[in-house]
Amino acid sequence: MTYIHLDYADLALAALLVVLNGGLSVALELGVERRLAIAALRMVVQLTLVGLVLTTLFALVSPLWTSLAALGMILFAGHEILSRQDRPLSGLWAYGLGTGAMLIASVSVTLFALTTQIAPTPWYDPRYAIPLLGMVLGNTMTGISLGLQTLTTALVRERAAVEARLALGATRRQALLPPVRLALRSAFMPIVNTMAATGVVSLPGMMTGQILSGVEPVEAVKYQILILFLISGGTGLGSMAAVLGCAHRLTDHRHRLRLDRLTPASKS
Amino acid sequence: MLSIRALTRPGLEPVSFGLAAGECMAVRGASGSGKSLLLRAIADLDPNHGDVSLEGRSREAMSGPEWRRQVTYVPAESGWWTERIDGHFADWTVAEPLAVALGLPPSCRDWPVSRLSTGERQRLALARALVQRPRVLLLDEPTSALDHDSGKAAEALIARHLADGGAALWVTHDPAQSARVATRVLGVENGRIREDVA
Repeated sequence: MTYIHLDYADLALAALLVVLNGGLSVALELGVERRLAIAALRMVVQLTLVGLVLTTLFALVSPLWTSLAALGMILFAGHEILSRQDRPLSGLWAYGLGTGAMLIASVSVTLFALTTQIAPTPWYDPRYAIPLLGMVLGNTMTGISLGLQTLTTALVRERAAVEARLALGATRRQALLPPVRLALRSAFMPIVNTMAATGVVSLPGMMTGQILSGVEPVEAVKYQILILFLISGGTGLGSMAAVLGCAHRLTDHRHRLRLDRLTPASKS
Repeated sequence: MLSIRALTRPGLEPVSFGLAAGECMAVRGASGSGKSLLLRAIADLDPNHGDVSLEGRSREAMSGPEWRRQVTYVPAESGWWTERIDGHFADWTVAEPLAVALGLPPSCRDWPVSRLSTGERQRLALARALVQRPRVLLLDEPTSALDHDSGKAAEALIARHLADGGAALWVTHDPAQSARVATRVLGVENGRIREDVA
């Protein structure tokens, strides 16, 4: 395997493109030059730090430090899920439900891959565990965010319809089935679209990366297929757990719709 | 038949009353006084406290859905969960005579709900509750959007429910209707409820 080493001078050369964007923004008064600069700077700092952290983790090969890093990633992604909800559940449920669902789904799918298909020695080798978890996590996070957001907005919008069924004696399961279906469908859409478009419209980043580092395309493709299957598994498990959990939380044992368990609507 | 003791919920002070078979009680009060809150609490659609029972059987002894099939709330604004009208009825052949009695054509079964006027929705929502033959109807202004004739048709159907041994709580703003359909009147004012002399 061969790959071409990059110098900092190479990066500086590429950074000129961002400077060019900034110049464009100034010339056309787009007003994004400041945000562009901050974002580019953040990207460099964040990735450099991640590079350092990964180097340390890979050198340690410690189950403890690897799981701590994994937990940190999950908690951060949980925060991201929360910030994508207009009206999340109130209280600890807001953060807990999405994060919990994501934790269960992404960890179990990653463990499944690490102990069977990829099986490095030791199985918790961070060189495999962390990137795998990262890819599964990112997509599971998107699925859960979409699922929860769709469910809560559908329940608020369709409140009269859901309560009409409950008032006529439907169970909470029957009454909530249409919004739950809608939510799960929208949670699945990104991964379905990704799988359908992959290789035709887009070349996945991981596969491209492997090819750039000298892996045979056929081997890189096999890895990519595996990853996409893992991602759809994680997305399915995670959104199912989150959406069903949310539907359960928004109803009670007397089969009442409990929208009072959402955070209050804002004015806008 | 329906016994309510110390029923309370946020926005509603404790209230007790009973409803005999065949009896209809009007519920009157200004908008926002808590009439709908009362009906929703009896139907157990919102968290509430109190002893509510039907023919001696406590509400807590049944599941929520089982209770609501017998004590059915018909809200002022009806909700619709699927596109076609007959999708809202378990068996349209049972519902059709009721729809016809309320002045709708039999062919309305495959109409989309979006085509219905407010009054047509109100009538079909009433039919939707009646076909399940509940023991108690909790009616929230069931004729507010109806013209004189359909209003009379709706009143006649509810009278038949009462004659069959059912009971009803009927929210109405119209004193004439209240006197016509009910023998007792509950007055609701700022969440306080007392029985008025009819």
